[in-house]
Amino acid sequence: MTQFPDDTAGEFPPPPREFTDREDRSVTVRTADEDDYEALVGMYLDFHPEDRAQGIPPSREDGIRDWLDAVTGPECPTVVAVVDGDIVGHAMLVPDQDGAYELAIFVLQAYQSAGIGTELVRTLLGLAQQEGLVRVWLTVERWNDAAVRLYHSVGFETTEESGLELEMGIRLAA
Amino acid sequence: MKLLLGVGAGDDAGAALEAVVSRAREADDDLTVAVYAGDGADRDVETVERRVRDHLDDLRFGARVEQVDGDPGSQLVELAETGDYDRLVIPGGTRSPMGKIRLSDAAEFVLLNARSSVTLLR
Repeated sequence: MTQFPDDTAGEFPPPPREFTDREDRSVTVRTADEDDYEALVGMYLDFHPEDRAQGIPPSREDGIRDWLDAVTGPECPTVVAVVDGDIVGHAMLVPDQDGAYELAIFVLQAYQSAGIGTELVRTLLGLAQQEGLVRVWLTVERWNDAAVRLYHSVGFETTEESGLELEMGIRLAA
Repeated sequence: MKLLLGVGAGDDAGAALEAVVSRAREADDDLTVAVYAGDGADRDVETVERRVRDHLDDLRFGARVEQVDGDPGSQLVELAETGDYDRLVIPGGTRSPMGKIRLSDAAEFVLLNARSSVTLLR
């Protein structure tokens, strides 16, 4: 059973939001809807193989579609980062069996290390807060320093570190 | 070939058995199934053993079934070495709600420590 910190994290900003990333690109983070589906398929077809983690995203188009069908939809709060009309990042929450939500985030390689991931996660947590969700968790490969730093900076705490992966959790203020 | 399949309560034992038995039939492999409770499982090892034996009966395949006590990963590696097995076979983990692959603690230990070849079933 996933553990969560006792203390709640602070406030997170809900979508939509606009900001300028560290490469001076104008970025919009907004809630995703079903019209974004084909654009998301396209984004994952462009996804760099070395950025794949723990078996996702799948590499083939049929696998991508099956996976997106399972991790998007009305029960999965989702935000996308948009630059010049193109989706360059995607973050979502998928409900588990215990009333908590698993978080994942994906940013195209050309848009990484510019602050987009951090804003995607913060905005997704803002959306989660708006919808009354409380417990959010994720797993990350132990050697993925950039991702671990990102999650820590947003307020996630490490809750389990016995294997090759870390499990991290956050408790949102109601 | 002498095969050792490790199956814990949290694993999809049925899928693992079917994959291994169909290969073992073709190659005339000698199969032992080591069963254990494993990661945070709510089922005990006897339940796992009973399900494995029933499934082997359904498949009409003869294999030894042994219970593993204590830490399953290290016990599997030990059993593979002392029993002179050619290959250790382990289930390739479960999927999180997001679809991320989650290896069991036993699978991680076996991958890092086994001296025999290891097959991770996917």
